[in-house]
Amino acid sequence: MVTRGPVGLSAVAQDRRRAAFWFLLPMVVAVLLVAGWPLFRTAWFSLTDARLDEAAPGAFVGVENYALLLRDPEWWNAVRNTLVFAIVSVTIETVLGMIIALALNEKMRGRGALRAAMLIPWAIPTVVSAQMWGWMLHDQAGVVNAALLGLGLIDQPIAWTADPDLALWAVVAVDVWKTTPFMALLILAALQLLPGEIYEAAEIDGLGPVGRFFRITLPLIRPALMVAIIFRALDALRVFDLMYVLSGNSAATASMSVYARQQLVEFQDLGFGSAAAMGLFAIVAICTVLLVTLGRVRLGGAEDAR
Amino acid sequence: MSRRLKRQIGRVLFVLLMVAIAIYTVFPFAWAIITSLKSGSALFTASPLPIPPAWDNYVATFRDRPFGRNILNSVIVSGSVVALSLALGLSAAYALGRASFRGRGFLLATILAVSMFPQVAVLSGLFELIRWLGLYNNLLSLVFSYLIFTLPFTVWVLTTFMKELPKELEEAAMMDGASPFIVLIRVFLPIMGPAMATTGLLAFIAAWNEFLFALTFTLTDEMRTVPVAIALISGASSFELPWGRIMAASVIVTVPLILLVLVFQRRIVAGLTAGAVKG
Repeated sequence: MVTRGPVGLSAVAQDRRRAAFWFLLPMVVAVLLVAGWPLFRTAWFSLTDARLDEAAPGAFVGVENYALLLRDPEWWNAVRNTLVFAIVSVTIETVLGMIIALALNEKMRGRGALRAAMLIPWAIPTVVSAQMWGWMLHDQAGVVNAALLGLGLIDQPIAWTADPDLALWAVVAVDVWKTTPFMALLILAALQLLPGEIYEAAEIDGLGPVGRFFRITLPLIRPALMVAIIFRALDALRVFDLMYVLSGNSAATASMSVYARQQLVEFQDLGFGSAAAMGLFAIVAICTVLLVTLGRVRLGGAEDAR
Repeated sequence: MSRRLKRQIGRVLFVLLMVAIAIYTVFPFAWAIITSLKSGSALFTASPLPIPPAWDNYVATFRDRPFGRNILNSVIVSGSVVALSLALGLSAAYALGRASFRGRGFLLATILAVSMFPQVAVLSGLFELIRWLGLYNNLLSLVFSYLIFTLPFTVWVLTTFMKELPKELEEAAMMDGASPFIVLIRVFLPIMGPAMATTGLLAFIAAWNEFLFALTFTLTDEMRTVPVAIALISGASSFELPWGRIMAASVIVTVPLILLVLVFQRRIVAGLTAGAVKG
């Protein structure tokens, strides 16, 4: 970046630049220590046969762990679970969040109270929401089964979290409940920045509410919406708590994070577990690039524009 | 006439939608409170109200497990990591937000990337580091490892706020010969107060709710933080989970959070959008 402004200020600017280094140093050191170095070590472990329960450093085995990983059907099962979970939950959250945000954007009584209520699921710890829903979806005593039985929609209780065909959808349901409000609040913030005059013009042009939404609202909030979707998608790809608490290490719901941690901590297989962790890292990186390119989003774009 | 009727029906449907949204968001937690006040066999009846309320679940939570200690652990860990992140974050945001230098854009992009990468990817490297430092099963391991998500977030949001402040702010002080450190403490710290409160609150909630590291880096019940303690409450067998107690513990740790969030809701929404939309 080129120095701007009159000559008198450039001395100050230079002073600042020198000072900036020292002000940045502690943060940079901390990030390198807590993220950079561990990531490097994980990458290194993934090329060895190190074990967590042995003090001896593992021997270099090349890409053997990765070869094993790619041949493990349980890994691919975890990849599939994670991708299905991420795509389905983020899609539902975006659509529902949009509906809620549009509704909250209307002037009406009780809007403030409803917006406050939306923050409740967001603030509740994921573990707690998983337990709450685990109880509501309990096969014998759960309120969901009781309600469905009472309404005559089902004949016998359903084992939502134990049935392998349903468990993943139960996890999706909990995630949708917990994070839709976050999505709605972000979309609402974008909606409130839109100038009202555009809509007046559209009304004169005879656009109906649906036309207005697709022709005006959606294109205008698209940048903010894409950023929110990317944040949510990356969050969903590393999901761990929900699956772990709702159904343990069960293969029916195991995400990539659950799989990697199980190899690493429960089976003490540091090398193989690290390879799985790097696999997850690679998939997250690919998804980020895909989303950013397809969504034509410039993260940090505001920076360069200055 | 029919147009007015149509309008009226629209309004009714809209109100119904609002009510449905409100029930959907609030019901699960309300049900957790109701369950926590039932004991014994009452738990397995779907009766809507616990009359009279039974408090034994709350008593048992503190009596049979070190739950008080778990809460204290969570407060210590979250409080320390927030203080540390704010100190490092404010200093970094001062540099990133007020000075222009080469590599600034790269640094910000890296910070954003760190805040988004999966925690599992650093798990084994962190595990080794924490064991080497002798911090396994120690709260310090959590204070240290939580920096990976609180610090990038804090830096990012504080930088956003810092950039919006007028340029003239520190120039007068600088011309008077004040050092950058003095300017940061005397000029920016007071103005950044509200922004730091918002950021700190969001970082606190993130640290309070963290599960993966807390599960992996602590071992004994006394060192557990609240989310792990709640996840690991178990009964005589896995088929007999003490749901009443799980709900009581859940309510205890969630009520303060909800109160905080409701009191600071405007700030929180502002902070969330500063972190995401403007980013």
